[in-house]
Amino acid sequence: MSDPLPTSGSLRRRLTLQLVGSAAILATLLFFVVLAFARDTAQQTHDSILLASATSIMDSVSVQADEVTVDIPYAALSMLGNVSDDRVFYRVSMRGNILTGYEDLPHTDQNTSSGQSAFDTLTYKNDGIRMVTLSRRLSLNGAPADILTTVAQTREGQATQLAKLSRSALQLGLGFFLVATVLAIWTAQSSIRPLNQLTAAVSRRGPKDLRPVKRPVPSEMIPLVLSLNQFIARLRTSLTRSEDFIAEAAHRVRTPLATVRTQAEITLRRVEKPENRASIREMIRAIDESSRAAGQLLDHAMVTFRIDSLERKDIFLTETAKELVDRLQPIAELKDIDLSFTGYNCPPITGDAILVQNAVRNILDNAIKYSPNDTTIRVSTQETLSTVLIHVEDEAGGFADMDTDALTHRFTRGENAAGTVGSGLGLTIAREVVEAHGGTLQIETSKSGTGACVSLCFPLV
Amino acid sequence: MRISLLSIGLIAAFLTLAMPARAFEVEEHHRFGNGEARTLRILSTTDTALLTPMIETFLANNPGVAIEYTSASSAELMTAIMREKQPYDLALSSAMDLQIKLANDGFTQAHRSQAVDLIPAWGNWRNHVFAFSQESASIVVSPSAFSDLEIPRSRQKLITLLRRYPDRFRGRLGTYDVGASGLGYLFATQDARTSESYWRLMELMGSLRAKLYCCSSDMIEAVARGEIAVAYNVLGSYARAREDLANRITIIEPDDYTNMMLRTAVILNTAQEPALAGDFIDHLLDAAWNSPIVVEYPFHRYPTTGTAQNVPFRPIQLGPGLLVFLDHLKRKRFLAEWRSTVQQD
Repeated sequence: MSDPLPTSGSLRRRLTLQLVGSAAILATLLFFVVLAFARDTAQQTHDSILLASATSIMDSVSVQADEVTVDIPYAALSMLGNVSDDRVFYRVSMRGNILTGYEDLPHTDQNTSSGQSAFDTLTYKNDGIRMVTLSRRLSLNGAPADILTTVAQTREGQATQLAKLSRSALQLGLGFFLVATVLAIWTAQSSIRPLNQLTAAVSRRGPKDLRPVKRPVPSEMIPLVLSLNQFIARLRTSLTRSEDFIAEAAHRVRTPLATVRTQAEITLRRVEKPENRASIREMIRAIDESSRAAGQLLDHAMVTFRIDSLERKDIFLTETAKELVDRLQPIAELKDIDLSFTGYNCPPITGDAILVQNAVRNILDNAIKYSPNDTTIRVSTQETLSTVLIHVEDEAGGFADMDTDALTHRFTRGENAAGTVGSGLGLTIAREVVEAHGGTLQIETSKSGTGACVSLCFPLV
Repeated sequence: MRISLLSIGLIAAFLTLAMPARAFEVEEHHRFGNGEARTLRILSTTDTALLTPMIETFLANNPGVAIEYTSASSAELMTAIMREKQPYDLALSSAMDLQIKLANDGFTQAHRSQAVDLIPAWGNWRNHVFAFSQESASIVVSPSAFSDLEIPRSRQKLITLLRRYPDRFRGRLGTYDVGASGLGYLFATQDARTSESYWRLMELMGSLRAKLYCCSSDMIEAVARGEIAVAYNVLGSYARAREDLANRITIIEPDDYTNMMLRTAVILNTAQEPALAGDFIDHLLDAAWNSPIVVEYPFHRYPTTGTAQNVPFRPIQLGPGLLVFLDHLKRKRFLAEWRSTVQQD
């Protein structure tokens, strides 16, 4: 967990970059397509006006008194002037002879004999021009006469129009790109969202939560979630197996130990030699320790099992504590320990009564076990705004400077535990129970300074 | 031998120096201002006297500048520029068609300024040709000849009048000889383009033996003298300018339509002082289109909303359309038709 995993880039960044990249390519493409289209349209418009002008001039060509004459209509040239302020040039020629117009206007290279119009883009009088040439055959004195009409216009108006269109195309492309970028970022965010949600759901889980993931996920993530669930199931099985094994082992050990202890006590009565009695007492003490450890292991296994499927019922902590105090009173009296209880009726918490009882009993057990003779153990309940607490305060010397958090780990025992039978599982069980109920376990030095105060803090729902 | 060669050389040099640089026909040549630094050379069809006040205010605002003002006919102006490539900076002309031809054929250069933006759209072509006056094609009549008649305010009324009283007007009508006068030709072609009534009027004037004149001033004087009763297509600005004849002539701007000639300015490609020429154009444009009206401006200022339906003033459109009537075949046809209509003998 602490070691950062090596990353191979970010999915979201990669997705965003790819989408924005393709948007940029599309926008550029769009710009050029629109530009080409606009250029084409502008050119066609210009060409059609030129053609109309040339046609109307051609229509005014007639033969009068055996002479070809041209009567250019006013509109032929003024229509070009209405479109733009461009310069206009024209020429009408017959059989290569200029009838009227600009003599030095260039000639088209295209074949116009078929009656088709020819368009050229050329340079004339230091200016780019667009030129149309029309051809028509007249009959002059019985002989055919080919008339060529040429009309040309400079292209400044067209260039201005194109510049305007280019600006529009550029704005269109940019607008498209911006919208596509926003959409790309949104798309990347939303397609990565289920992954983030799954991550959040899994990391929110408590340390004991080994349920399979059941929330709906996109189909692409199904294999991942299935593998995760299988992994969780394997882990659970293996955990359960080891817990079962420990419980089974403890159980198997405890029963024969009881027999051994009875036999040892009988033997103790028979033996008279002081050194033999001492060694048998030592033996009984060791048996007690083993038996208690096995008992706590069983307790722990039970607690683990019950936490997995936590029962939720109302528990009145004051009553639970009182009951336990009453029950343990005889054991306390054996050591002349004054076990007292103070507390008022508190509102109920919800949870598993057996577990809570087990937790409190473990704490009390510990307190009695580690307290010297002729001391006091005070049990009390307390209610705050959102919690109910059980305090167990003893005069057993406290936990000194030991890390109180480490104490609650399995098989860790306090420094003064050396002469006492114990496994170190008591605090662990209590903590696991309290945490399973959403509460906390606090270990402090008691107010008198002569012992410890363990508080089990359960939240009110 | 050496002496004779030398003398030939000297004579040649003398001839070259003494020969006037201008081969085209000049009407007047004036130098205004004594500035030595820069000289603006203007070639114009406008009488010097008319523009003198404008020139003087320009010189007052531009110390160190001198203006050489050469006036010539519009045809001579074209010769000077297109054929002889005379180094003038500025051409001012009433021949709109020829000015358009200059610009279209690449003899002019563009000019942009704040003053240019004042011109109505129809008064500016390509930022090359700038209109600085509107002058009407008017009918000038002698009030004495109409003492007992209503003065006709439209072509139709004039036609009706001429038909009703042919004897009173026979030989007492006048108009431009369109073959001799560029402005007359411009007015005639625009009339022909605008209305069919023009040909009816010409037909009628021809039948009443109308006299033909070379220029507006001759027609105005003829009306003032009482020689003719009606002069058709007279430049209104010239008639207005003759304040001395004000009570002997009546100027009519026909309310069916009145063609408006635009006096235009172009900066020539050969200009040595293009910036100064631009400044002078701005000076003219400011007087022509900006408010308030300046007293030196010699022309009448018409409203610039000439496109409105109810206003009869129609500015002749600047643009390639004017090139049509410069086409020599077109001109030949038009003149032939005009002559056959007006000169019926």
